[in-house]
Amino acid sequence: MVEFLQFTLNGVVFGMIYAAIALSLVLIWRGTRLLNFAQGGMAMLTTYIAIEVIYKTHSYWAGFVIALVAGLILGAASELTVVRPTTGKPELNAVIVTIGLLIFFEGLAGILFGGQFRSFPAGFSITGLKVGGTPLGVSRFDVFTVAAVLLTTLILAVVFRYTTAGLRMRAAAFNATIARLSGIRVARVLTVGWALAGLLGALAGVLVTPSTFLYPNSMDAIFVLGFTAAVIGGLDSPAGAVIGGLLLGIALSYVGGYLNSDLTSLVALGILVAVLMIRPNGLFAGARMRRV
Amino acid sequence: MRTLPRRLGAAIIVAAIVAFLSIKLNAFRDFQIAEIAVDVTAVAGLTVLTGLSGQISLGNGAFMAIGAYVTALLLLHLSWPFYLVLVIAGAATAVAGGVVGIAAARLHGPYLAGATLLLGVALPSLALAYPGTFGGDQGLNVVITTPAFLGANFPLTRWQAWVSTAVALVVLVLLANLGQGRIGRNWRAVRDDEVAAALDGINVAAARVRAFVVSATCAGLAGALLAIVTGLVAPGAFTITLSIALLTAAVIGGLGSLLGALWGSLVIVLVPTYVTDVSTSHGLSTTVGANIPIVAYGVVLILVMLVFPQGIQGGLRRLIAAFLGPDQKSRTGRTAPTPHVTPSADQEPASQHEKEGTS
Repeated sequence: MVEFLQFTLNGVVFGMIYAAIALSLVLIWRGTRLLNFAQGGMAMLTTYIAIEVIYKTHSYWAGFVIALVAGLILGAASELTVVRPTTGKPELNAVIVTIGLLIFFEGLAGILFGGQFRSFPAGFSITGLKVGGTPLGVSRFDVFTVAAVLLTTLILAVVFRYTTAGLRMRAAAFNATIARLSGIRVARVLTVGWALAGLLGALAGVLVTPSTFLYPNSMDAIFVLGFTAAVIGGLDSPAGAVIGGLLLGIALSYVGGYLNSDLTSLVALGILVAVLMIRPNGLFAGARMRRV
Repeated sequence: MRTLPRRLGAAIIVAAIVAFLSIKLNAFRDFQIAEIAVDVTAVAGLTVLTGLSGQISLGNGAFMAIGAYVTALLLLHLSWPFYLVLVIAGAATAVAGGVVGIAAARLHGPYLAGATLLLGVALPSLALAYPGTFGGDQGLNVVITTPAFLGANFPLTRWQAWVSTAVALVVLVLLANLGQGRIGRNWRAVRDDEVAAALDGINVAAARVRAFVVSATCAGLAGALLAIVTGLVAPGAFTITLSIALLTAAVIGGLGSLLGALWGSLVIVLVPTYVTDVSTSHGLSTTVGANIPIVAYGVVLILVMLVFPQGIQGGLRRLIAAFLGPDQKSRTGRTAPTPHVTPSADQEPASQHEKEGTS
């Protein structure tokens, strides 16, 4: 029973990280109908920036904040330089461009920081918490992880729902042409979407790396799971992304705990295929026009 | 001249050149020839899938892994002759490609890319989950010897280069015919407009699954060849990096072009070796040397997609067209400059860029 509780809580923690990646993918998808395969690479790069800042300043929080800012800049810069020119071309072109961006970031990290595995510090204690002598299997930092992702999600939701900027973003995602006719600068809105996605990715990178290691490919596995979470929830639905992340995190935690941790990515593949077969638009997407 | 004899002739000429080179060059170059042939086999399948049928796969490395592991297991436990093992490896991956293709037929663009990416990440972890069968992290060793009729002193690397080149050429000739025939035309129709293709009576789903089977079979054969060329089958060889390298080669060479698959494979095999040599002789560390090609791939992938979508083969065609004079030039610059228009070309869809007479 204690084991079950531990696996569940652990799943929630990882689920929130997948949710952060999923949310960043959803942000971009809603605006541009495009999946950013460089999201993991961007998160990896900003985590390297964080680690360098932490070494220099000896302050975890300086690194944390600078990583998020770097994510914002990296997201906006990627959109402005290489993604925007793919507008109007076949969707395959944009896919390949973001893959090119991913390889570029990974090679760059290899040149700048080397290929060896690095450990990344956590902002809080990583010793397990206990309630009345029962170990919960999660640490103070894990609690922070969940809180940070939830808080960011909440802020984003409020911005989208109650501010003019959020309304503009929703309008641009809903129908770019009509939004443009109403005087919204759609291109700028899309750049902001990419910047926010970069920030979310950077957050996920800083939060997940203490429990993995940092190396140029370190975010690949996290990215595909984030993608799976986004598809489970429906690439259109921010709430779905969070729920999808949680479901996937918990399911994979059980698989890793009770079966075999090497099977987690295969199970994720199974879940992804099953969801795509039964509800190709995800569990939480509304009715949409169907292609033949 | 008819297309098939022309292609067979070209294949025989290439085979003769490779045979000559493999005798003249040293063992390391032979190994490189084998490596290029392995990549051509896999990239040709991917370029057909992505360029002709319009489906992307970021998981063809997984199909290579299936082919390689089938080969290693059969050679290890049953020691069947390699030719038979090659056929079985191809058949096994064809089945796997069919299964994936059925799942993939309903997916589009980014969804498909993501799903196949996960396939590429997930499948090699099977080897880690069942180390008893697949050798875990260490992988399986593959032992192969040169056949007796070549004599005792025949170098193994040369034999590997020959086998790989032979398979690659057979695959190229078969794919060229497949791409130009009815199946290939259906793929293009599905790629360009699914609704129109369906209204024309083309079974869209079947066409898409067929493309996946073909592509997976090529990857499986390439995996089988890789197993005998490197002598080791381990999960580390089939990471997502491999799948992305295959896509890079297909894109750089020119999506949909079989000759492009050759140019792309030459690039991804020769450039890293060359850059590593140059960077070590200039005193750069090995990490930097190993990562320069990766950065370059990224930049090239982006640039090709943004400004040069037909890749090397498209550039060559334009160059030849410009060289032969304005009357050979097509409006889009994508038509094959060769005057040998294939007999079937007249019945092809009107879209200008489909008459790939030279591939």
